Amino acid sequence: MIEVENLTKTYGGARGINDITFSVDKGEILGFLGPNGAGKTTTMRILTCFMPATSGSARVAGYDVFEDSLSVRREIGYLPETVPLYTDMQVPTYLRFVAGLKEVPFREIKKRVEKIMEQVGLTHMAHKFIGELSKGYRQRVGLAQALVNDPQVLILDEPTIGLDPKQIIEIRSLIRGLGGERTIILSSHILPEISMISQRVIIIDEGKVKAIDTPEKLMQQLHATDKIRARIAGPCDSVKQALEKIDGVKNVELIEDTGGITNGYMLEFSDGFDGSHMVARTAVEGKWDLYELTPVKMTLEDIFIRIVTEEEV
Amino acid sequence: MRNFFFILMKELRSYFNSPVAFVVVTIFSVLTGYYFYNIFATFSTISFQAQTNPNLASQYGALNVTELVIRPFFGIISVVMLIMLPMLTMRSFSEEKKAGTMELLLTFPVRDGEAILGKFAGCMGIFAIMLGLSIPSMILVEVFGDPEWGVIITGYFGLFLMGSAFISLGIFMSSLTENQIIAAVLSFAALLLLYMVGYTASLAGGVMERVLEYASFNFHFRNFAKGVVDTSDMIYYLLITMLFLFLSMRSLESKRWRG
Repeated sequence: MIEVENLTKTYGGARGINDITFSVDKGEILGFLGPNGAGKTTTMRILTCFMPATSGSARVAGYDVFEDSLSVRREIGYLPETVPLYTDMQVPTYLRFVAGLKEVPFREIKKRVEKIMEQVGLTHMAHKFIGELSKGYRQRVGLAQALVNDPQVLILDEPTIGLDPKQIIEIRSLIRGLGGERTIILSSHILPEISMISQRVIIIDEGKVKAIDTPEKLMQQLHATDKIRARIAGPCDSVKQALEKIDGVKNVELIEDTGGITNGYMLEFSDGFDGSHMVARTAVEGKWDLYELTPVKMTLEDIFIRIVTEEEV
Repeated sequence: MRNFFFILMKELRSYFNSPVAFVVVTIFSVLTGYYFYNIFATFSTISFQAQTNPNLASQYGALNVTELVIRPFFGIISVVMLIMLPMLTMRSFSEEKKAGTMELLLTFPVRDGEAILGKFAGCMGIFAIMLGLSIPSMILVEVFGDPEWGVIITGYFGLFLMGSAFISLGIFMSSLTENQIIAAVLSFAALLLLYMVGYTASLAGGVMERVLEYASFNFHFRNFAKGVVDTSDMIYYLLITMLFLFLSMRSLESKRWRG
């Protein structure tokens, strides 16, 4: 649905993005992850035909963004990061205006706008001017304008930035609900968000693609399970000694010292080795009760930090 | 066509949702109304005196209400237009750029030309209201005197054409910058220059004189104010309008190219 090849954009000598290549299938939700200034917005602006690329090509829904910009723009809904709206218009008036420009048939405009306002939870704000709305509601209006013509492709730049936790959850579930039929690209620097919503993640930094994969695979690739948390009932010192003797264990740390008999330990294994079974065996051999044995998953945050701090994947 | 219509409606709505249209239209009416009163009152005083003093009458030639009231009034309107129309056009693209709404507008399936024409037509609508509000003055002249309606009609036609040239120039200036003040100053300066360039024509002499005269806004209005519709004057205003609408399109396009 979206194919990007060797896309490069320079701003008067400075690199915006550098040789980015990726593709998104129909119905997929793709997350763009990267620190501020990494080139997320630039990529999105090229995909939405707001600005041209310096070199490389991008195709959206089969149309080239440069050669066939008008056709691309018919197929997309775009929510820019700053959510620029006409503050002097009322919500339904604005949405009818956008629906009109986005070629919703004249007779369906009113119905479409009502439906979309209900979908994003704006119905009770119908009489308000956009300038009077809070950030969260403006975000919804922004989302509504992107959705109003029922586009195949949605491009959302930081859709949950500046919202309160409740609104974030609402907007997230809204976006997730939109996936399936629509192809969605969204950017964020909130990491758990991306892993929650998207099926695939692109990590970019300094204008370059650092990694593309599913959130799970990214974690696997990075040997995400090299830590294990265990709670074992037994004399603290002897348990710790026994654990340290296991093959491949680099370090054992007492993380939960209850003062009693059941204590928590964090075991760190050398790269890629999963020693869960060894921990269980050790507990059995020592005739200690094993209460918990949890591989500690590396969060996307850890992966992100690793990739961005130049550790090769 | 459809997009043009939607943008036009949006433009008109936002002119009236903010105080811009009301302020500009009101000030325009107050200023032109004040000058109209001055001209008309002076004319009636002179006519009154001329009844008792034949010498005075011969000094003014024929005391013609069309020549002594209507024609100068059109001149005044064109000067007030020069000041007020940049205030109307300065926001058209500058505001969108500043607020960032340009980013959305340019990613909607709208051709640049449709956006520009929509905004142009929106300004023309407000301008038509401004002109329309001066018609009662003409009716007043009709009540107390005997003006030539032919001249009035061609005069309004000329003002309308001149206004369209002013507005397209203003929109072009607005497309260049995201600062409304700069847009207003640039368009005012350019309009004033084109308005006054005819005054210096006689100094240049020869071919330059003809060129400077032809370039001036003012020169081409003279015939309209006399009741003459000359195609070359019409073409002048239409060419200026089209030139700046075209340049605005280029300006938007260059934004796409340069990013």
